[in-house]
Amino acid sequence: MSIQTKQDLLQGLFTASPSNFISLREQGKEKFLSQGLPNQKSEEYRFTPIAKKLEQAITRFSPASPLSLSKEQVENALIEGFEGDILVFSNGYYHPEFSSRIDGIEVSILSEKPNTPIGSIAKPEKDPFLSLNQATFSDGVFISIPSKFICKKPILLLNLHQELDGQVISPRIWIEVGDFSEVTFIEQGCSLGNSPYFVNKVIEIQGGVQSQISYHRIQHEGNQVIEVSQLETDIQRDARFTSFYLSLSGDLIRNNLSLYLKGSNSVGNMYGISLLQGKSLVDHHTCVDHKEPHAESNELYKGIFGDYSRGVFNGKILVRQDAQKTNAFQQNNNVLLSEEALINTKPQLEIWADDVKCSHGCTVGQLDEEALFYLQARGIEKTTARGLLLFAFIAEVVDKIQVESLQKYIIAQIQERLGSTF
Amino acid sequence: MLSIKNLHASIEGTPILKGINLQVNAGEVHAIMGPNGSGKSTLASVLAGREEYEVTQGEVIFQGKDLLELSPEDRAREGVFLAFQYPIEIPGVSTTNFLRTALNQIREYRGQEPLDAVKFLSLMKEKMALVEIDQKLLSRSLNEGFSGGEKKRNEIFQMAMLEPKLSILDETDSGLDIDALRIVSNGVNKLKSPSTATIVVTHYQRLLDYIVPDVVHVLYQGRIVKSGSKELALELEQKGYDWIKEEVDTAKATA
Repeated sequence: MSIQTKQDLLQGLFTASPSNFISLREQGKEKFLSQGLPNQKSEEYRFTPIAKKLEQAITRFSPASPLSLSKEQVENALIEGFEGDILVFSNGYYHPEFSSRIDGIEVSILSEKPNTPIGSIAKPEKDPFLSLNQATFSDGVFISIPSKFICKKPILLLNLHQELDGQVISPRIWIEVGDFSEVTFIEQGCSLGNSPYFVNKVIEIQGGVQSQISYHRIQHEGNQVIEVSQLETDIQRDARFTSFYLSLSGDLIRNNLSLYLKGSNSVGNMYGISLLQGKSLVDHHTCVDHKEPHAESNELYKGIFGDYSRGVFNGKILVRQDAQKTNAFQQNNNVLLSEEALINTKPQLEIWADDVKCSHGCTVGQLDEEALFYLQARGIEKTTARGLLLFAFIAEVVDKIQVESLQKYIIAQIQERLGSTF
Repeated sequence: MLSIKNLHASIEGTPILKGINLQVNAGEVHAIMGPNGSGKSTLASVLAGREEYEVTQGEVIFQGKDLLELSPEDRAREGVFLAFQYPIEIPGVSTTNFLRTALNQIREYRGQEPLDAVKFLSLMKEKMALVEIDQKLLSRSLNEGFSGGEKKRNEIFQMAMLEPKLSILDETDSGLDIDALRIVSNGVNKLKSPSTATIVVTHYQRLLDYIVPDVVHVLYQGRIVKSGSKELALELEQKGYDWIKEEVDTAKATA
């Protein structure tokens, strides 16, 4: 099946489910049709054969309907010991009946907020999957945190996924955080079935002046899942945005993360850990755009790849002419545990200002056999020794997680993975 | 305690050990000396179970068990300890953390209850004093940024913590100044008991002033070519290894 016929198939998506966002969808569709699905000649998708994957795994290119959830299903999917507010979604649709009412925070469905500037941060011309989402989403959720509001507890966005009618899930989330406000999000996906589906998700976050936002993502869905997720955020003066991705499974996962540092003295942090086995592929494409002076960005991604798994890291740092005194750091370190595992890593720096500090580094290595022997020679079992060494390799990133209960959960998830042989 | 018979080992097809015979009894200290490249460190590595070395012939019986059949971790759990010539730096793993894991896995193997944090700490304090090592050092990443002396002291500290039956010190003296050498030897001597044994692998006699051996063996070209009392070490110190080499080479020529 050629890319062209695939596009024809996608037509089904455009006509399905009448929506309140007719002109936005129309605009998205137009953009998408001019862009087309990326193939392996597209520079941005060179190492991530998504069109081929979709062709192989997805047969029904129509929107997945919302699920009728049970309380039990929701509870089973929750992070153990999680303390915070919860917003529940199925196939991208919001379920107020299972969600917390969060004092002081507005949570609505997008169609009730017609003036939301959807697509103003996540501009459809940037990526065909952004325009595909805009062309096909039927609703979404709007979250607004007022100014000077400190959210003490984290907010968990719990996404339950399963093919139903169709296999395409197009969630859309708009988050605005007022000036001087602080909020922590955790996003977690959960597969309810074993059949493949395609999640094409877009989240836009508009951060206010001196706001502090952190966004954590736990990617641990089934190994049949194909996902493209885009997190696009505007960060204003004196504000701080921190993201953290833990990627543990999936068939093919593509994460596009863009931080637009639009104000001086703003800080953008991007952290990530990929721990993959089997045939999973996880692609992190990040971009930090320094537009104003005195801003700072820190990026640290580490990956451990076993079996036939693959990783892609592409870290773009753009420092515009006005962004003097920028500090931008980027690091990507990887360990390959098998002959067949693969990582493609590429820093991409574009610097137009002349008084900046930028550094980047990427490494690819193997497990240190000498260190392994040293630990074994002290009586530590080989699997434990491997786990100790691999955990030590990523510990630096785990330390960046500020929410204690989440850090505990993530450590447990990582240890479970490291305790298995992979 | 340890009985090595006709041990042959090679690395990447190159034979290094060519028929080692060695009997070590409880309570004894054996020194293994020899010129560079004679196979001293290989012997230590083979005993500890380093995988790069292939044992091609011979046997090693440790306390009635076939040592060569055991994984490196099981050898350690049975009571073999190798103090590394070049202790490895492991960023992100603290000595404390790693030792607690090691000690508790060893205890589990021996059917003992794991030590809780309090008992472990008090054991640590006791053993730290033995090698005059600072607690701050132990909460840092294992050997990372340690001086040569600190690394070797950490080896002996680990030995003290794990209480092995057979300790193999692989050139523990190399690179140590006299103070560090004294501290390290002191630690080793305090750990000696009638039920444990020590193999000291060294290039120099100096260490043997502090750790006094019962038997000195000279290893050359993968074989033990001479064994004697501690006086043999002094002789080697004075005369070097050349006379041993000559003896061996002459013996070979006449044979």
